[in-house]
Amino acid sequence: MPTVDVLSGMRLLIRGGRVVDPSQGLDDRKDVLIEEGLVTKVASSIKPPSGIETLDAAGMVVSPGFIDLHTHLREPGQEHKETIRSGTLAAVAGGFTAVCAMANTVPPNDERAVTEMIIAESQRNGACRVYPIGAVSRGLRGEELAEMADLSTGGCVAFSDDGKPVINAQLMRRALEYAGMLGRPVVAHEQDLNLTEGAAMHEGYYSTLLGLRGMPAAAEEMMVARDVVIAELTGGHLHIAHLSTRGAVEAVRRAKQKGLRVTCEVAPHHFALTDEAVQSFSTNLKMNPPLRSEEHRAALLEALADGTIDAIATDHAPHHFDEKNVEFDLAPFGITGLETAFAVSYDRLVHSKIVGISRLIELLSVAPARIFSLPGGTLAGGSPGDVTIFDPDGETSVEHFVSKASNSPFTGSTFRGRIIATVVGGAIRYDGRTTGGNRASEDVPSNSAHKRRSKS
Amino acid sequence: MRTVGLRSKDLLGIEPLTPDEITLILDTAEGFKEVSERPVKKVPTLRGQLVINLFMEASTRTRVSFEIAEKRLSADTLSFSASGSAVEKGETLIDTAENLMAMHPDMIVIRHKYPGAPKMLADRLPASIINAGDGAHEHPTQALLDAFTIRERLGRLKGVNVSIIGDITHSRVVRSNIHLLTKMEANVTVAAPPTLIPAEIEKMGVRVVHSLNEALEEADVIMMLRIQLERQGRLSFPSLREYHNTFGLTPERLSRAREGALVMHPGPMNRGVEIASDVADGPRSVILEQVTNGVAVRMAVLYLLAGGNLADS
Repeated sequence: MPTVDVLSGMRLLIRGGRVVDPSQGLDDRKDVLIEEGLVTKVASSIKPPSGIETLDAAGMVVSPGFIDLHTHLREPGQEHKETIRSGTLAAVAGGFTAVCAMANTVPPNDERAVTEMIIAESQRNGACRVYPIGAVSRGLRGEELAEMADLSTGGCVAFSDDGKPVINAQLMRRALEYAGMLGRPVVAHEQDLNLTEGAAMHEGYYSTLLGLRGMPAAAEEMMVARDVVIAELTGGHLHIAHLSTRGAVEAVRRAKQKGLRVTCEVAPHHFALTDEAVQSFSTNLKMNPPLRSEEHRAALLEALADGTIDAIATDHAPHHFDEKNVEFDLAPFGITGLETAFAVSYDRLVHSKIVGISRLIELLSVAPARIFSLPGGTLAGGSPGDVTIFDPDGETSVEHFVSKASNSPFTGSTFRGRIIATVVGGAIRYDGRTTGGNRASEDVPSNSAHKRRSKS
Repeated sequence: MRTVGLRSKDLLGIEPLTPDEITLILDTAEGFKEVSERPVKKVPTLRGQLVINLFMEASTRTRVSFEIAEKRLSADTLSFSASGSAVEKGETLIDTAENLMAMHPDMIVIRHKYPGAPKMLADRLPASIINAGDGAHEHPTQALLDAFTIRERLGRLKGVNVSIIGDITHSRVVRSNIHLLTKMEANVTVAAPPTLIPAEIEKMGVRVVHSLNEALEEADVIMMLRIQLERQGRLSFPSLREYHNTFGLTPERLSRAREGALVMHPGPMNRGVEIASDVADGPRSVILEQVTNGVAVRMAVLYLLAGGNLADS
């Protein structure tokens, strides 16, 4: 697999922070030394090597870098919504040192040339690491397998037709078998299309009240149940994207009890909000899966605490203002998430005492690295110098976005917890220490725009 | 103290209204009903005000009723439909509305196929927005005219048993009626096959039954809803024939209801499907009275949103 390191040779000493690294059971006041872009030492009071840049993390939590398993970067093809550059700048502003880019671009990432383009562009202009996810099927059409081995060789870390379910059970079976040979997971967007035809929100009291067509929880749950059965049949690794219902949680819990290779992620909006909010008819509350009712939200919180849910992933889905500035039924599904995921999660999970800081870091960093077999997710010696530093006593007021898009349901809200710095390969790619505003775009060296034009 | 005006600049639905506001609109409509019975059916109340009727979805009754109400109040009116307009060229609803707003209307009456469209306008424009039906969400003036008709005939709303029968899932009329009738302490039953009942509707404070006979027992008011013919074949019910045989209101079935029970229908009717002609045209039917009352109720809404109050009407 080609390197996706964005930088190497950087040196940094992070001093005096509370280092929380669940991969090593570490929670202590330590310094972290990064040399040649790799973590070389985590210890008390490291003497600064001469000429090294230092970052004072006193009072802050120092975590292995957050990894988002589910990001829509929109490039190639929909650069009016987001680009690899703007999306990765948003990622580091939100504390993410790596993102996994979903395949539903235009053209989709269903062949190696697209994979290589994404990797090349992220190395030129990306602010964090980018791991492409390849398509399960050619053209995301759900008919025949994409060239998964070639995609894997090109750098794809998982396979998904996300945005659409794999309706054909035989295709899902073959995908799990074939991806299993490659040692990669299949990421499933679970939705029965017949049960959700024309639907714009969760089916329940509020869809009835608003006269909007609803997606029943069953539409997700029956597909989760089916795919768990196929995972058992094939022995493949099934990763369920943006799990949102009680029944889906229960199906995953049973699969895990049986010892199947089934993992899952949840998006922050699904445990922070409910369908009650859709009464405003704001199109920034329209996403798929939709905001569910309180009983489902409660089940997600329980599953986050008991370990049934493995990871938090953003499902960052940027859309242009014009696309969302229409009637609710006509607006595209999806909301941005990279810049709010940590604060929403910290506020609703840690501050609300659902989980501790260590478990949150496991959900945002350790587990994502493990599920997709990615570098990082740890501060063990020799691992990538990817570090997220946050202030547990700080606050994040959601006002402006680094992302090209601003389709967030959290605009105007304030959450506990604040990203202070995001370090990728030893380089500070986001620095929120001084202004409290987003300075990422100034901090990231732009080796980019004009060079890119001259090459093309 | 008695409510003398409406709190909002808009009428987006019945859900946001208080019982006092509903009573105010109905009381005001009583005064306006008399205007429609005069030889000269016009009052100068809205002289100089511009009302735009923005009908983005087909309508006969509601649109004509609003236009007549506006004219009887001496407003300048203009009606506008999606076909033949820039909407066909791809103009968005918000752009259409903002362009109309640039010509300074005082009120915009909007009918739209998607829920929430009137709220989009109300959130962005200074004009008063009146919802004339948005998808399956609300149709507030229909519920008000239904309530006016019930109150006029039965003398009250409180304690009246109202059964609403038909396609509950896709009906905005039923949602507005449930809000209004439950706020006014009437008892509401909805009846349909389970395939035409939306999720958790009982939380809106109604009783759900799946038998026409059960719905007719004890009912003081029988409100039939249109079966949307275009939904046949969409798996909601097997055939119009079977629907008529199980939920259609025939004279024979009606004979089991209370003697004085009123039969209502918001229109347009499918004769021989949800309602037999002998019932629609029969002695218990108040269907055309509903239409007459619609003008008075819409005059009241226009007048109150323009800042009028009960004392002056």
